[in-house]
Amino acid sequence: MMQRLLQSRGLAQIVALLVILAIDRAVSPQFFDVRMQDGRLFGSLIDVLNRGAPVALLALGMVLVIATRGIDLSVGAVMAIAGAIAASLADTYGLPLALAAALGAGLLCGLWNGFLVAVLGIQPIVATLILMVAGRGVAQLITEGRIVTFTAPDLVWLGNGAVLGVPTPVAVVLGMLIVTGVVVRGSALGLLIEATGGNARASELAGIGTRAMILAVYVWCGLCAALAGVIAAADIMGADANNAGLWLELDAILAVVIGGTSLFGGRFSLVLAMVGALIIQAMNTGILLSGYPPEFNLLVKAAVVLIVLLLQSPRFASAGAVLGRARQ
Amino acid sequence: MRRLPPVAITAIVFVVGFALCTAQFPNFASTRVAANLLTDNAFLGIVATGMTFVIISGGIDLSVGSVIGFTTVFVALAIERLGVPPLVAFAAILLLCAAFGAAMGAIIHVFDMPPFIVTLAGMFLARGASFLMSTESTPISAPLYSTVSDFALRLPGGGRLTSIALIMLAVVAAGAVLLHFTRFGANVYALGGSRATTALMGIPVGSMTVRIYMLSSVLAGLAGIVFSFYTAAGYSLSAVGVELDSIATVVIGGTLLTGGQGSVVGTLLGVLIQGLIQTYINFDGTLSSWWTKIVTGILLFAFIALQQAMLGIARRAGPRKAGVLKS
Repeated sequence: MMQRLLQSRGLAQIVALLVILAIDRAVSPQFFDVRMQDGRLFGSLIDVLNRGAPVALLALGMVLVIATRGIDLSVGAVMAIAGAIAASLADTYGLPLALAAALGAGLLCGLWNGFLVAVLGIQPIVATLILMVAGRGVAQLITEGRIVTFTAPDLVWLGNGAVLGVPTPVAVVLGMLIVTGVVVRGSALGLLIEATGGNARASELAGIGTRAMILAVYVWCGLCAALAGVIAAADIMGADANNAGLWLELDAILAVVIGGTSLFGGRFSLVLAMVGALIIQAMNTGILLSGYPPEFNLLVKAAVVLIVLLLQSPRFASAGAVLGRARQ
Repeated sequence: MRRLPPVAITAIVFVVGFALCTAQFPNFASTRVAANLLTDNAFLGIVATGMTFVIISGGIDLSVGSVIGFTTVFVALAIERLGVPPLVAFAAILLLCAAFGAAMGAIIHVFDMPPFIVTLAGMFLARGASFLMSTESTPISAPLYSTVSDFALRLPGGGRLTSIALIMLAVVAAGAVLLHFTRFGANVYALGGSRATTALMGIPVGSMTVRIYMLSSVLAGLAGIVFSFYTAAGYSLSAVGVELDSIATVVIGGTLLTGGQGSVVGTLLGVLIQGLIQTYINFDGTLSSWWTKIVTGILLFAFIALQQAMLGIARRAGPRKAGVLKS
């Protein structure tokens, strides 16, 4: 029953993605051409996957946070911090240490957010706002306000290389998706996260460690954001504390919402969140290819948000009535 | 410990901060610095006043920064390209903003959606529309603009209280009266306390929601006009991130982000504290501007933690609810 519901739920997103890809194909006839060059796949379609990687990674963390009825506004700032750390350390200390430091910073940021939400009981939107405001300042502190560039080849590979022909960022996203999927859906963890989002108090009474669950999803979200930040920095071979990850938190939330995950928590789908991220990137690429000014992007996104909201709204209402869940 | 209203703590923070600045830089305590503080933050004060209403009612408005950007571009293009008289352009943009806010409020109410996602869409829409109109900075050279920027009340000690600072103070005063002394204001508090109870009391929740977001968008439009006076130009990338600044300002001003309590006066103090940090960094000269963000973040955390602690104390104090803490 649940499985069938999921499938019917995913249908709309997949159809939407196909329609957008078809439009892209109509705009640019070579859209589906994929060729192999220097041991790496090239083509517009690959480009969509590649460019969409940071948002997909953010969405992977965000979807679990939203499933607990939370939100993480700080992921863009965390990206900037992680990118700044990786870029500053890569040339002198090598990739392993730079990567460890950047991911460690993401972990700490997530722990901070999780602490505010789970232990102090602050509303998620407010708790993560603090890091969103201060985080970019911290990133600028690390880069001393400059754009830090690096040449360390292994870090550059992370943004521009390829694994078996697949661009590294795409491979990283796939790897993270599989890991996350196995951990949350291969065990009861996903169910516990959904229970926490559905009704935290009832879950607590049923013996679920809701605080630990909430803490864990924010930490995971911070980690994903840090990884996205490292990849974004590796892509441009530099860290720009002002612009790295700017507004990407909104794209990540949008990807999750398009993927049918309810902002009221209680259910989530990892794969559909990835589809959501792809839809956003396919739109971006399509607008670029069609020759419209890229500024058009924001208008299209606004329209998509509105449409998705309107589509979801009656469903929220009826689902609420069926489950008798009091929303306040 | 006697309960100290959050706004009193904000006032203490401001006074202590000002005293520390003065102790370090004797020139700090002049009307010139004070007047510049008001002028430089005039648009923030106006937009934060609107945000105070939204947040007290339990909502949030992420679109205000984009609305400011949109307004500056609209006004600049209308005056410079189309030759519309400035006052007509102002009236048109304020009407447009009112319609925009009303639409957001209506969607929030009718479809029962979280305000932050609806206003997020509004943010994309307004920013995208201003990009479409123009991506370049358009200077405004209408005579009204030089008249307005030349006008200033001279204060003893060399300070110039500019017209935009006066507009901001007038908006704050009007906002305070509207929030604290009218039925509309009382309804805003009620809405933030509990939506369901408010509806049961017979207050029209829908029309209140529409009017609150309308107010916020109109004030954002007014802030955009003031911003165009301040910079004498219209630019689609202006006021990026102001929505966060104004939310931070409102919270530092002692307004509870869960809604139900807060004050416009506190918000003015919040604006002054943010201005104080910036002015200090300018005076110091060695500190970089990103310290503003870090210090703002720390203050934000301090005030949120404080609110949380006060809520905890209020709950433990017995049957009295947190709402009684209203300052």
